[in-house]
Amino acid sequence: MRTRTPRRLLGALAVLAALSLTATACGSDDSGTGTGGGTPKDVAAALEKGGKVTVWAWEPTLKKVAADFEKKYPNVDVELVNAGTGDKQYTALQNAVAAGSGAPDVAQIEYYALGQFSIGETVEDLSPYGAAKYGTSFTPGPWNAVTEDKAVFALPMDSGPMAFFYNKKVFDEHGVKVPTTWDAYVEAARTLHKADPKIFITNDTGDAGATTSLIWQAGGRPYKTDGTKVTVDFGDEGTKKYTATWQKLLDEKLVAPISSWSDAWYKGLADGSIATLSIGAWMPANLSSGVAAASGDWRVAPLPQWTEGGKASAENGGSSLAVPKAAKNKELAYAFAEFATTGAGATSRVAEGAFPATRADLESRAFLDKPFPYFGGQQANRVFAESARNVGEDWSYLPFQVYANSIFNDTAGKAYVSPTKLDDGLKTWQDASVKYGNDQGFTVDE
Amino acid sequence: MGWGFAGPFVAVFGLVFLAPIGYAGYLSLFRDRLIGGTSFVGLDNYGEALTDPRFWDGLTRVGLFLLVQVPIMLGIALLTALAIDSGRLYGKTFFRVSIFLPYAVPAVVASLIWGFMYGGQFGLVGNINEALGVSLPDPLSPSLVLASIGNIVTWEFVGYNMLIFYSALKVVPRSLYEAAAIDGAGEWRIVTSVKLPAIRSALVIATIFSIIGSFQLFNEPSILQKLAPNAITNDLTPNLYTYSLSFSGQQHNYAATVAIVMGVITAIIAYAVQLRGMRKG
Repeated sequence: MRTRTPRRLLGALAVLAALSLTATACGSDDSGTGTGGGTPKDVAAALEKGGKVTVWAWEPTLKKVAADFEKKYPNVDVELVNAGTGDKQYTALQNAVAAGSGAPDVAQIEYYALGQFSIGETVEDLSPYGAAKYGTSFTPGPWNAVTEDKAVFALPMDSGPMAFFYNKKVFDEHGVKVPTTWDAYVEAARTLHKADPKIFITNDTGDAGATTSLIWQAGGRPYKTDGTKVTVDFGDEGTKKYTATWQKLLDEKLVAPISSWSDAWYKGLADGSIATLSIGAWMPANLSSGVAAASGDWRVAPLPQWTEGGKASAENGGSSLAVPKAAKNKELAYAFAEFATTGAGATSRVAEGAFPATRADLESRAFLDKPFPYFGGQQANRVFAESARNVGEDWSYLPFQVYANSIFNDTAGKAYVSPTKLDDGLKTWQDASVKYGNDQGFTVDE
Repeated sequence: MGWGFAGPFVAVFGLVFLAPIGYAGYLSLFRDRLIGGTSFVGLDNYGEALTDPRFWDGLTRVGLFLLVQVPIMLGIALLTALAIDSGRLYGKTFFRVSIFLPYAVPAVVASLIWGFMYGGQFGLVGNINEALGVSLPDPLSPSLVLASIGNIVTWEFVGYNMLIFYSALKVVPRSLYEAAAIDGAGEWRIVTSVKLPAIRSALVIATIFSIIGSFQLFNEPSILQKLAPNAITNDLTPNLYTYSLSFSGQQHNYAATVAIVMGVITAIIAYAVQLRGMRKG
């Protein structure tokens, strides 16, 4: 495997960006250069023949998979490129596709962003290649996120069933019980903050991903997508449940005004001033590397519930591997995506710390029994696996969620720093999303 | 024959200066949509930009920023330049260098430094609150964030403007001061009647640079956005808005339109200031 030097990559991206400008003006050009219409037989033939696969991804466990893949198929050369994380990579990908050259063969795309690429016909339908047969191999949440009717636009690489991470030391010290409902959560927030004004139950400066995930858990389904017909409605009952609870936290200033992934955030997680996180099951690796000082303090529990005794959960993050239509060698690209996301490839990535989207790995003894020294030896995967089984169904993101998320703070963000109510903030977000959707040629209703 | 000499210059000038503007103008006549692709829309984008509240609110904000921050910054710069030039300042080289130093700090680094200080949880403001048991207003709250950015910009550019004024003062013949003194003018009179008129063109230039700089406000809010995502929205300044249109929204065509409208407005205001400033009397 060869890795490109960052400088060459930057140069290439700059050229791509420049080219994309030309291409957008000259008219859309999304005709791929591949042979098209691959079948499982073509895939096998391509593996025999060999060639080069360029993969754009930031997921660290892919490194080992790429090496294993090259070992298994010596004629194939995998080039793993980190073209940026999240948004940055999507922009580069969109530009490369628009430019008609320089697109990778395989691209990592988060579930929330995949709609933007499938609706824009940027990514290949993988079902003819043999992806359709994996319907039962993956857990429902991720599989639901990558499929539309019969089409499979990507293969799930990992998943982020949500769990409740809490600093046990802080809870013990103040004699607070770990909340099992969101009402108890608000109560715990009050008690902790009163006992020590430095302690906040969690941090929140307005995060579109976290907000939509908790609305998902509460049973809200603000987005409905049917092809290019889209509905946005933040007035449903699930959303109301979420906003009612969160409004209390905001009104009483019970959440720390610290943005996730900032320096202050890591400090707060380490010193106990941010006492809990409701976040995806991919978090443990980030905790043990970024908050090493608090090793042993934290534990994992199921998410607090909206109704007493419930088991509802939701997904937060997680990504898939897709094959752009502009890929040069789609059969080979599919072969790599399949190898990395199913069977032994997936298992090896789980061993490296990825959170699986495959049922077999989720149910394996080795996975479930694995103790986490960071969580005081707790078998945290049991909590995560349980959460994965209870992810609410029929959630969908907008086909332009990447943009919608980027304007969350411009609109709903007002609720975090001014007397604006969260309900009204979400309504503003809704209006802005509807406007953008209509501008982009969708038919969007409220 | 004449073209043979002028040709290389015209070619480079056309390619480097005119082509990008022409290309942006060309882009602004189209619209690219996720569904439906690219189509020619004539001046529709301009119509939209002229009635876009997000754009005009941003413009109003930088306008307000300009009216408050630029006079403060240029006033301080002028005072320090006069003080250093007066020859009565002890250790003037030290002052000159230390006031100029912030200009040598890249804007990104300066914003980061100030961002750390503004932090209410772990920053300097947080530390002061804790040490003195007070609660200072949060510099990164929506109502104060523009002033906080103004503070950073002032810190960065006082030295630069001071240097422009100081070098203009240096070329004023000393004999004028002596003549004024013989005529019975005091220090203050010399400043208002000799020094300021003498450096008038430097004042105008610095003002124009500052106006353009204010309208192009981008680095500082862009860096601080991570710390205060709700106070610094994507449409806080026109440049920030153009950036987010282009990079998050994939609306390159509309972004080009907003950029052109903004460029025209900036040019008009800068030109008006220049006309006003250069007028005699």
